[in-house]
Amino acid sequence: MQKIINDFAISIATVNGSGSQTANSTLLRAFFKMGIPASGKNLFPSNIQGLPTWYLIRVSKDGFTARKDISEISVAINPATFMQDLQAVPPGGAFFYADDIRLPIGRSDISLYPMPVKQISREADIPANLKDYVANMVYVGVLAHMLGIPEAVIHESVSFQFKGKEKATEVNMTVVRAAMQWAAQNLTKSDPFAVEPMDKTRGLLMTDGNTAAALGAIYGGLQFAAWYPITPSSSLAETLNQYLPKLRKTSDGKNTYAVLQAEDELAAIGMAIGAGWAGLRSMTATSGPGLSLMTEYAGLAYFAEVPVVIWDIQRAGPSTGLPTRTAQGDLTMVNFLSHGDTQHIILLPGNLKECFEFGWQAFDLAERLQAPIFVLSDLDLGMNQWMSEPFEYPNRPMDRGKILWEEDLEKLNGIWARYKDVDGDGIPYRTVPGNLHPAAAWFARGAGHDETSRYSEDPQIWENNLLRIRKKYETAKQYLPAPLIDESGQDIGLIAYGSVTPAVEEARVLLASQSGVRTDFLRLRALPCTQEVHDFAQRHQRIYFVETNRDGQLRQLASMSIPQEAHKFRSACHADGLPITARWVADAILAQEEK
Amino acid sequence: MTTPASPAQVNSIGLTKSDYRGLPSTLCPGCGHNSIANQIIAACYEMGLLPEKVVKFSGIGCSSKSPAYFLSRSFGFNGVHGRMPSLATGARLADTGLEFIGVSGDGDTASIGMGQFKHVVRRNMPMLYIVENNGVYGLTKGQFSATAEVGLVLKHQGTNPYMPVDICMEALVSNATFVARSFAGDSKQVRELIKAGLAHNGIAVLDIISPCVTFNNEENSFHSYTWSKDHTEPLHEIAFVPKLKEIEFDDPFEEGEVREVTMHDGSIVILKKLEKDYDPTDRWQALRVMEEAQRNNWLITGLIYYEKERPSLTDLYNLPEKPLNRLGESDLRPAPETLERINTQFM
Repeated sequence: MQKIINDFAISIATVNGSGSQTANSTLLRAFFKMGIPASGKNLFPSNIQGLPTWYLIRVSKDGFTARKDISEISVAINPATFMQDLQAVPPGGAFFYADDIRLPIGRSDISLYPMPVKQISREADIPANLKDYVANMVYVGVLAHMLGIPEAVIHESVSFQFKGKEKATEVNMTVVRAAMQWAAQNLTKSDPFAVEPMDKTRGLLMTDGNTAAALGAIYGGLQFAAWYPITPSSSLAETLNQYLPKLRKTSDGKNTYAVLQAEDELAAIGMAIGAGWAGLRSMTATSGPGLSLMTEYAGLAYFAEVPVVIWDIQRAGPSTGLPTRTAQGDLTMVNFLSHGDTQHIILLPGNLKECFEFGWQAFDLAERLQAPIFVLSDLDLGMNQWMSEPFEYPNRPMDRGKILWEEDLEKLNGIWARYKDVDGDGIPYRTVPGNLHPAAAWFARGAGHDETSRYSEDPQIWENNLLRIRKKYETAKQYLPAPLIDESGQDIGLIAYGSVTPAVEEARVLLASQSGVRTDFLRLRALPCTQEVHDFAQRHQRIYFVETNRDGQLRQLASMSIPQEAHKFRSACHADGLPITARWVADAILAQEEK
Repeated sequence: MTTPASPAQVNSIGLTKSDYRGLPSTLCPGCGHNSIANQIIAACYEMGLLPEKVVKFSGIGCSSKSPAYFLSRSFGFNGVHGRMPSLATGARLADTGLEFIGVSGDGDTASIGMGQFKHVVRRNMPMLYIVENNGVYGLTKGQFSATAEVGLVLKHQGTNPYMPVDICMEALVSNATFVARSFAGDSKQVRELIKAGLAHNGIAVLDIISPCVTFNNEENSFHSYTWSKDHTEPLHEIAFVPKLKEIEFDDPFEEGEVREVTMHDGSIVILKKLEKDYDPTDRWQALRVMEEAQRNNWLITGLIYYEKERPSLTDLYNLPEKPLNRLGESDLRPAPETLERINTQFM
């Protein structure tokens, strides 16, 4: 039997709330620490305890991190999904299962490994009250033995989960060792899957996108955040609360920030806008339903020109939808969020490093452009575990934009107007409360206003103001992260953004190697679309927009901004709530190419 | 010896009353809201507040237009309907040395804004929260508001079938630390309560019955001039003495009839007893008196409840002396080596 080294996926089926997170994270971290590229995805239910949950680990010597359609190795701990998990194992795969689940197996084309999960944890020399919590470490030990993960690496990974706490590490390792020993004595390996150390994760880190985003915001000088709990964005705000106290105190122990859990999203956005108006680097984080509630205030921030950063960690909608599943379904809504002529600036991070980078850059953009800046992540990018190069310290000083303090107004002899386009770029100057110059104050409002921000219903003043605000949207293009283009003169161009990127990149390899279809790729990192997108479209015969929503929202928006190229546009839309796979992308493109 | 020419009347910081004025009102002549705006001007002038140190907030409605009609030299933000409290809360933390005045109406506060009202009260956010309460939607031409009394008959609307919301009661049960009610026609009481509310370190809810001369000023209406004048039941006569100012009264209250309440900042509210021996620091009594007034169809006015010691929202955030919005990059961006440590932690 030919061994398959460092190239497979594991699916672990457990019961939600049973403490499997530590076990799953330990396995993932162990592969990573062995130098093997790996990624982890939690397919969890909207539930606290009791419903089925799956954890997917992909191990890839080639560095592919997207979800795989099939998992060659399956771990079945949950009786409720046992038959489903069994059926999903491909021929030649391996099926590890808790031996107290007594259901007919009836498959001879896969390797079967019953595990005495309850017995091992019961007999382990650990405190009785902890036995239920560590039972899942049994499959960690069994898999470690069967795949060839050294005990020392598991130890290091368990210690990582418990932040170096020895007692907790030891309790878990007791079970792992017992399970490894049991497997050595009782199981005969009949599957081809194994791991061997590599050197492909050196210098990389592994965490989730919400953590990266929160850290980016902190290094961007975040001063105020208001939020309301909603999956999958809550962990972004919670990470702020975790790191701010460590990173952002003055020498005399005072906080240079404030974080407030609001009563709802209506209030969270109101607070964030109030703080942004008053001169703080201000943000909120939410998901689709929360964003729907924030809509009216988003329009006010747009029209009153208030800097504020809004992170949308997208989940599957419409309505409550699938709160714990991923999608890129908010793009069109965010682009136009609010009534009337509203158009927003959107950042589209495609990996952890960009979650960090856009985390700090968003404040510079918000203050430079005096506008709400939306950052669209999603559940897959935000909550799942990804490898990344280390986060890079901001490479330029903060841009606080066109803000006037007392001494500035002194120089101007107090002559200025809040909404006057002095520089011809559409961006006016602003003052903030606390500025004690007698000419500093102005009255902000969502109602029609003239250059001095006085109430006005004058038709010409109204229209001129709208046109000036649109000019800012054009000005914004020079400040936004440019698209990344990988091009070698092919007929087919792919355009995508965000969490689908790893699947698109892998699909390009599949298409070229298996079907001889070569493609170019433009990864969009911000909206509005710039000239580069237009030119890329112009240079290609067919453009495929790969995205995870039903209607092809990115294609829709691109069609509006580049109508002359829209006849070339096609969609590869994946909308089942699961992270997209390379195989799916390749097949979707091939199917349309064959037509 | 020469006598200098008599200067224009100035306050303790050398400003004239016109330094506190706003734009001309566009509300209806005789609107209660205009007299409230005038009392805000008078109160700020008399307290010697620097207009640049006051920030004004409002939502949507007639009341919410009024911040344009006072304190032109102050920053202001006219937000969305019912959601001025959240806007003010975010701004509050930017510079805790400023005074905040929020002006809302019964439509803005007691309907869409009820949630934010209760939560801003619960958080004890330092702001004078004035509700200009007329029981009716003026700007949309005369529909019932949630504070309209049951049975009120309005032209084009018919009879109001629902029980009213009592703003002061809602504030009290949400653990407000300052609850007062007044009537726009009682200028002096309005003014003294505004001063006390501004001196308070926390949320100061001031519900002012402010008749709508256009849509709700029928003699039998709770929110009319006639009804309010006839049914007002002041708990006490009230005077406010700013901190450090020598106590001087045109009409000093007799000793033995007064109760002094020292505010957080050292200023004093003097309450002259009327018939009742009313203790505004007793929440239980406040609830009882309000319930009693409702049963008897009285309009209780005065300082209904006051609690000094509870920390305000801004006290809870351990903020530096320097306003947050004046901090620069050296204060806000952690050092590069901290990021190296964090990167290593994830490896």
